[in-house]
Amino acid sequence: MVDFAQDPQPFREQISAFIAENCPKELRDMPASERSVCWGGKRWVFSSPAQKSWLEAASSAGLTAARWPVAYGGAGLTRAQEKIFREEMARLKAPSPLESFGLWMLGPALLAFGTEEQKLHFLPQITRGEIRWCQGYSEPGAGSDLASVQTRAEDKGDHWLVNGSKIWTSYADHADWIFALVRTDREAPKHRGISFMLIDMESEGVSTKPIKLISGYSPFCETFFENVKVPKSYGENIPAQVGEVNRGWDVAKHLLTHERTMIGGGGSGSAGGILGGRSLGAFLGSLEEGVLDEPVIRSQAMELEVDTLAMGMTLERYKDMAKAGGVGNASAMLKYYGTELNKRRYELLMSVTGSEGVEWDGPHGTVAAEWLRTKANSIEGGTTEVMLDIISKRVLELPTK
Amino acid sequence: MTSLMLNEDETMLRDSARGFLDDAAPVKMLRTNRDSGRAYDPGFWKEMAQMGWTGVLVPEEAGGSDMGHRAAGILAEEMGVTLAASPFISSAVMAATALRGAASDRLSGIADGSAIYAIAVDEGTKHGPEKTALQAERSGNAFRLSGRKTFVADGGSAGRVLVLARTAGAPGEAAGLTLFDLDADRAGLSRSARKTVDSRDHAQLDFDGVEATGDDIVGELDNGMAVLGLALRAGQAALSAELTGLSAGAFAMTAGYLKERKQFDRIIGSFQALQHRAAHMWSEIEVTASAIANAGRVLDESPDESQLAVSVAKARATQTAKLVVSEGVQMHGGIGMTDEFDMGFFMKRARVGAEWLGDYGYHAAKVAAARGF
Repeated sequence: MVDFAQDPQPFREQISAFIAENCPKELRDMPASERSVCWGGKRWVFSSPAQKSWLEAASSAGLTAARWPVAYGGAGLTRAQEKIFREEMARLKAPSPLESFGLWMLGPALLAFGTEEQKLHFLPQITRGEIRWCQGYSEPGAGSDLASVQTRAEDKGDHWLVNGSKIWTSYADHADWIFALVRTDREAPKHRGISFMLIDMESEGVSTKPIKLISGYSPFCETFFENVKVPKSYGENIPAQVGEVNRGWDVAKHLLTHERTMIGGGGSGSAGGILGGRSLGAFLGSLEEGVLDEPVIRSQAMELEVDTLAMGMTLERYKDMAKAGGVGNASAMLKYYGTELNKRRYELLMSVTGSEGVEWDGPHGTVAAEWLRTKANSIEGGTTEVMLDIISKRVLELPTK
Repeated sequence: MTSLMLNEDETMLRDSARGFLDDAAPVKMLRTNRDSGRAYDPGFWKEMAQMGWTGVLVPEEAGGSDMGHRAAGILAEEMGVTLAASPFISSAVMAATALRGAASDRLSGIADGSAIYAIAVDEGTKHGPEKTALQAERSGNAFRLSGRKTFVADGGSAGRVLVLARTAGAPGEAAGLTLFDLDADRAGLSRSARKTVDSRDHAQLDFDGVEATGDDIVGELDNGMAVLGLALRAGQAALSAELTGLSAGAFAMTAGYLKERKQFDRIIGSFQALQHRAAHMWSEIEVTASAIANAGRVLDESPDESQLAVSVAKARATQTAKLVVSEGVQMHGGIGMTDEFDMGFFMKRARVGAEWLGDYGYHAAKVAAARGF
């Protein structure tokens, strides 16, 4: 095991040597579009031996969760070191060794609200890619009004009895465990009767059903709980819920704010896709001659480019503000603006690719599916309308009545 | 690059500017200016000079405070909030930048506020320095300038004029242009004030064989854009900042009104139809503010590569101001349409600011060109 804090070499050299030595060359030589993402989990099938060995090497050095403490499976890097790590990863074209909802969502929730024993128990399983988590928030009757979740967990002494259903659970059909918002007090005001519960998907009574989307993809599922017995505890001081019973809303809210800032960066479907790392301008410049001579398309492209550049500067400014003390509810603006901009971007990409763009698998690859996917950007993680509500009520302090 | 967030010094500059302008140049001063037929208050200009604002882009050895373009933007932004009128952008930003590039000894006059400059570039209804047709004909060692300049901001009151004239080539070509620094009272130069909606000084300048010498040339003969180009970008960035301050000022008035006006027994700000529009406006202002900060930074750090940053800022600022003043009038209802109420002043200045130094289309096209399409 590498201990970056103890090694006398300058950090950039160490980390760069580590990546060069441990990330197989075949992974680094592969174009980003052809690499498959490693999600981990009990049932994960590695796309190559190289993907497996990179995950093992990176996780044993704590680099799948570089900023988490070493005791929880992280590398304990400082913010500055993490930045260098990312820069070196990019420079050496090394793919991320592991992506997961455990790293993005549950981990931060446990770090902020979990007991010491919960952290020691669950976090290393996440960083090693052993357990794949999914998020059980929305329900058929609780979308934007998330706090009205009806899936209930009844107190049965040594266990909770869970009944209900969740919707839009990303990759639930591949997940090992789920962190879910469940109602543990039906009498309390709706925000005060919710718990943030950790449930094994192999428990009897849990079932999933993929939802096919307009894009043809099925990244989401419906997840059903029928008389599922969830033990109250997974070991000493390892309760099934994160935070206190009935105070799960605090945990959920914390995570949602976190998620918004992430989505503001572009929205799912914007990162890779048709642009393949190129700027919009570079992509437009590469198109069939004459497409941009059409004045309406040209003017839409110019407006989009102006707004895209200004949004990039805004993300940069907000990142600095976040480091300097936080942006709070203003993060709703990033989510609102970033996702609406991404939808506009894909409308334009469909316009400029014309009749080729509407093919499922034409000369522009999956642009049609990506375009359809962006329509969810302004729904998932809090709709555009909810973001505008947050800005008007919490930032502008407009009255509620 | 330096962060786009305000640093400690910049925050102090902004706060002190805000305090001063609230006091010395509130929106009602613009009303006083308009009603008394003056473009700005000379006493206010003197106070700005005393605080070092007129010398914000002048080197210290010429008596300036030399705070840079980001600082000039912060000042212009605050001036926009209260619609403070002065020749700041013409003289302290654009002329100072052009003359600095040419190492002119007239900079100290700009710094102490005694010399006020106007920049005479455009000749038609739309911005475009390369379209210049005004001729500077050579006669021996001298030149004779003939032609017309339109929409010259501060052209009626400035003591000196930087005028762009054609010494070679044909209209449409960026080469062959020469920048002259002339006394506004020079024989053959007549100025006529145009009454513009923003109640500020905009003039038409007619040149009828105005004599100039080689000493009057700023920079090089036939290569005037080398110094004027940067000066225009500096002006565009400062004007964008002013428009963003204007947006923030108009938005604050509107948000305040939404919180107090009652109809149907409810505070109108509780209606979601208005809340979402207000939240959208605020988002646009936030995004534009980032572009303003970026333009100032780039002008300070790599001035020769600043066109993209400046054009993103001017395009954004123009669009945002247009949205905010239109919504400002609409959300105020009937009172927003009255002359007695201030919102109209914001709307009128936003319209003039949208045209001056290049409109949305002009700058969006610059962005597209810089981005390769």
